[in-house]
Amino acid sequence: MKRQIVRLAIAFLLIGGSPAYAIAVDAVTLQDPALEARARTIMQGLRCLVCQNQSIEISDAELAGDLRRIVRERVAAGDTDSQVRAHLVARYGDWVLMRPPFKLSTLVLWAGPPVLLVLGGIALWAGQRRREAPVLQPLTEAEQAKLREITAPD
Amino acid sequence: MRWRSFIPLILVSLLAAVLFVGLGLDPKIVPSALIDKPVPQFDLPPLPGKEPGLIAADLAKGQITLLNVWASWCGPCRIEHPQLMEIAKTTDVRMIGLNYKDDPAKALAFLKQLGDPFASVGADRTGRVAIEWGVYGVPETFLIDGKGRIVMKHVGPLRPEDIPEKILPAIKAAAQ
Repeated sequence: MKRQIVRLAIAFLLIGGSPAYAIAVDAVTLQDPALEARARTIMQGLRCLVCQNQSIEISDAELAGDLRRIVRERVAAGDTDSQVRAHLVARYGDWVLMRPPFKLSTLVLWAGPPVLLVLGGIALWAGQRRREAPVLQPLTEAEQAKLREITAPD
Repeated sequence: MRWRSFIPLILVSLLAAVLFVGLGLDPKIVPSALIDKPVPQFDLPPLPGKEPGLIAADLAKGQITLLNVWASWCGPCRIEHPQLMEIAKTTDVRMIGLNYKDDPAKALAFLKQLGDPFASVGADRTGRVAIEWGVYGVPETFLIDGKGRIVMKHVGPLRPEDIPEKILPAIKAAAQ
């Protein structure tokens, strides 16, 4: 019992232990912790254009640092989150957003997976239905005799 | 019922077609948000001797302009430079440089060594104006029509074949 508890504890630590996130370090951050936190959240949603699968929050690229400075400036100037994002989208396009917006050009991107899932489900269901249920034939006399022979106690 | 047996073949063919096109795209090329938009209204002081720098208002005065973002520390810019020299020599398009995060002395030495295709060069020491242009790496090249609208963007070095295939047709289209 005790052992199991220890094992469980180890498992929990392995799964639930908080991973250390890489965060780019800037010399200049916002004085107000609330604004800095907001800026950080916005940065998490903005994609670095140099190292494409990182957000600018964690990217070490020089351009990401420049963009972080702009985000902080806009936040300090009183922009809302969406105004800050719009500022960068105007320059770099939707591409700069980690979560692409839902619109006509991204319809396949967003709707594709659920549509495929539904189509797959339908195909599976239709396939199941078409497959005939196996008809059980009663054992013949010879088979019954063999069964008795096999299962008979010595 | 026979046609049903072709469904997997059709699906695989579709998938192959999608992948054939999709995997041929270069994910490093980010589509520009500024095509058909007016140029960003930011001026840059000149690289010494390359006055008047980059004056946004000058880009809307009727002349077609090729704006090249470059730096002396950028290797691909060296590879691209002969192509810029050729465009300067063979067309009457005005060429303006945006010198990105560079040391002016080194930038001028670069032009002295490899030739100077630019009518003027703006010095963007902090890279701030380049961000207004949606630049995310050097070199990048923009074509601006006479009304100050960005009509084409090329990311990465211009290769010799890009001149007849991309630059000259774009210049021709912008002239109309």
